Amino acid sequence: MRVTRRYRFAASHRLHSRRLSSEENRQVYGKCDNPFGHGHDYVLEISVRGPVSEESGRVVPVRRLDELVEREVLREFRYADLNSRIQTFAAGDVVPTTENVAREIWRRLSRAWPGEFSDGPVLDTVRLYETRKNVIELTGR
Amino acid sequence: MQMLITRKLEFSASHVCRRPELSEEENRRLYGEEASPHGHGHNFVAEITLEGEPDPVTGMVYDLKALNEVTQREIVDSYDHRFLNREVPPFDRVVPTPENIARDIWRRLARHFSDARVRLHRVRLYETDDFYVDCFGEDGQ
Repeated sequence: MRVTRRYRFAASHRLHSRRLSSEENRQVYGKCDNPFGHGHDYVLEISVRGPVSEESGRVVPVRRLDELVEREVLREFRYADLNSRIQTFAAGDVVPTTENVAREIWRRLSRAWPGEFSDGPVLDTVRLYETRKNVIELTGR
Repeated sequence: MQMLITRKLEFSASHVCRRPELSEEENRRLYGEEASPHGHGHNFVAEITLEGEPDPVTGMVYDLKALNEVTQREIVDSYDHRFLNREVPPFDRVVPTPENIARDIWRRLARHFSDARVRLHRVRLYETDDFYVDCFGEDGQ
């Protein structure tokens, strides 16, 4: 069975690659290359897969999942300028596209996962809505 | 060609997620606020997804009118405006977590879709907008 929990965070970013010229950046990223940055209300869905425990009737204790996501992701991402606040993007080589933000979230959760849920449920999917109209999905299968 | 069709249904019901043999602290750890002893309610939303091939004559995988009747009779009539723990077996014995409610919905519906042409593919149950479970079989694996 799979359970999915939804979280929200507001953050700003600018899409701009050092490896591209100004003209190329404008072509690739358009409005998202605005030097002052811009923000979104991101919606993050985390799906967890595993058997239902016959005792508890749960796949995962949701409160522990909430605590993990808060600690590893939301605490730093909430109201952050992703380009400067998140180390992966601050170095300047990785552009905080929705794809790369989702990948960073996956990396953080999967790194902390064994310490939290060693013999139980697995991380199944990270789904990140940048707006209501675009969504990126990363899955471990 | 296999296709998926989904019908949505809603029911409002109350429940308590706690096990009498566990301490208050253990119950809170497992179920969070859902363990509050006097119960609380949700506007549950279930999405029932069938998998099958459209009938060559009718062009339908399954008659949505008939699907609506089955879900109304098997689910809504049993669950809606009920205190699940007290009034709806098996939840007098089984903790009515969203995971276990989804399994019960699967159990109630699967026998109606057992012919070769159409089968139950998924039961998705939203407890709130921010939490849902996906059930792909009665065993809860």
